[in-house]
Amino acid sequence: MSSIVQVNHLTKQFNQFTAVNNLSFSVEKGDVYGFLGQNGAGKSTTIRMMLTLITPTDGQIEIFGYDLYKHRREILQQIGAVIEKPDVYKYLSAYENLLLFARLSGVKPTRQIIMDQLEMVGLADRAKDTVKTFSQGMKQRLGIAIALVHNPSLIMLDEPTNGLDPQGIADIRNLILQLSRDHKKTVIVSSHLLNEIEQIATRILIIDKGHKLVEGTAEELFDSSQTIVQLNTTNNQMAVEKLANSNWKNNLKPMRDGHILIQLDQESIPVLNQFLVDQQIGVLLLQPRHSLEDYFLQITAGKQHVGTFTN
Amino acid sequence: MWVHLRIELYKIFRKPRTYLAFAAITALIAVIQIGLFVDGKEYTEFVMADFANSFAVDGKILNGYFICYVILQLLLIHVPLLIALIAADMISGEANMGTLRLLLTKPQSRTAIVTAKFLASVIYTLMLLIWIAILGLFVSMLVFGTDDLFIMKSSYVVIVKESDVFWRYAGAFCFAALAMVTVASLGFFLSFFAENSIGPIVATMSVIIVCTILSTMNIPIFNIIKPYLFTTHMITWKEFFDFKVNDANEAIVGSIQYPEKIIHSSIVLLVHIIGFAGGAILLFRKKDILS
Repeated sequence: MSSIVQVNHLTKQFNQFTAVNNLSFSVEKGDVYGFLGQNGAGKSTTIRMMLTLITPTDGQIEIFGYDLYKHRREILQQIGAVIEKPDVYKYLSAYENLLLFARLSGVKPTRQIIMDQLEMVGLADRAKDTVKTFSQGMKQRLGIAIALVHNPSLIMLDEPTNGLDPQGIADIRNLILQLSRDHKKTVIVSSHLLNEIEQIATRILIIDKGHKLVEGTAEELFDSSQTIVQLNTTNNQMAVEKLANSNWKNNLKPMRDGHILIQLDQESIPVLNQFLVDQQIGVLLLQPRHSLEDYFLQITAGKQHVGTFTN
Repeated sequence: MWVHLRIELYKIFRKPRTYLAFAAITALIAVIQIGLFVDGKEYTEFVMADFANSFAVDGKILNGYFICYVILQLLLIHVPLLIALIAADMISGEANMGTLRLLLTKPQSRTAIVTAKFLASVIYTLMLLIWIAILGLFVSMLVFGTDDLFIMKSSYVVIVKESDVFWRYAGAFCFAALAMVTVASLGFFLSFFAENSIGPIVATMSVIIVCTILSTMNIPIFNIIKPYLFTTHMITWKEFFDFKVNDANEAIVGSIQYPEKIIHSSIVLLVHIIGFAGGAILLFRKKDILS
């Protein structure tokens, strides 16, 4: 595998505030690289530096093997990007916006190519309508069409599901998977939505307060055999007592938000259910939590505590 | 660069706001022309009242050239606002819409993008002046006819021969273009510092108003800075309508009384244009896009 993106010791300071601190990571060809962090963690600043919108205070960015700031135009020709809300010219139509940004991307697409792009994001029937009549989801899809119109090999999506309804989120997810699987594109996608990243990313970077916490595949980051299951019963107090006095006692975790939490491998979930039924406890909810979410909360909460104590 | 410029002009002329300026100018000139067409005789009698006993006027004072002079005097004070509407929106408007960041992720140099934006605002300004010339000069010539141009100064009257007028208007409009491009470059420069259009538009007008007041107030402390204010030089277009006279006190056709004033003012305005536009381009190249 060859690195398409190589970021070394990247730092960005705004006056006294350090938004990104000595961040290093690499993205391999064909990756869907999930960039994960809470709001304000430094994800957008990093992506903006990788698009030359923000000048780093320190560090190097190499994309396609070249220094980004020395070969800016050549590199940007091969990148498509959506940065947060993909705002476009509201007084122009979808077709005009796409044509305009295609020209700025250095290509002269035919009408058919433009319409194909709009078709791909489901906007072909609204091609002539001005963007001011579009919903947020439609603008988001148009933004993605703009990012793809010049057939880039690297796509950067910063919070691409912001403001979308569940269907819109699913559409974007499928589109990212399609771009990676069918079109062999490398995708860098940032989000604070853990389950979104978990479902699409081949590699994940978690950052917090500008620092890299961990980087790796989802499998490397958490042990799927140790799933946290969320349990709700007709009598939670009795259920906890029964579990604490059984072989499950070592699996029992402290309750959170009124739910019983149990750590176990996924194959044991039906066994647990049977145990509770045998104890004549009605099971209202028995749901595996997103493992990555637990992992993420664990490591970012840990950082938070360190911050709190040192302050 | 040409692709950028075409795109910028396309964007300008797809904005409804652009046509507001053309509509406002059309309405203002029409109001002046209709007013003078209906009551022009009373108006010229009023402005000529001080000179009525000094000499008799033979010919048509209320002609197209005279109307255009009145229009220029009135409009060139208000046109800066219409120019600021577009020029001060060029960068801040894109930042406000969120399109600036998308624009700058494209494989184009920042210098080319911002230079194209500046040139587009200059072209818009020139088109606005051409529109004023068409309505104010050519339509007035058509409706009111042509004759010698009478210009009433505070203590004297200038009479420019009909055959000697047109080139003076060409020169005056060229100079006015330079003055208005200075306004456009000021608006463009200020648009760099904001992420909404209103701030730079109001700031541009505020700077013009304050500088105009300083330029016109005859207070010694302000006299020191007056020569450096662009507003002091914006009215130099009027110099095109003052001519030299010969020993017999007859007007020398094709002459300008103080051509050095026009050259000096042109240089001052050019320096301002280069300063504002160059400053915007240099700063924009280093700007972090956080919008």
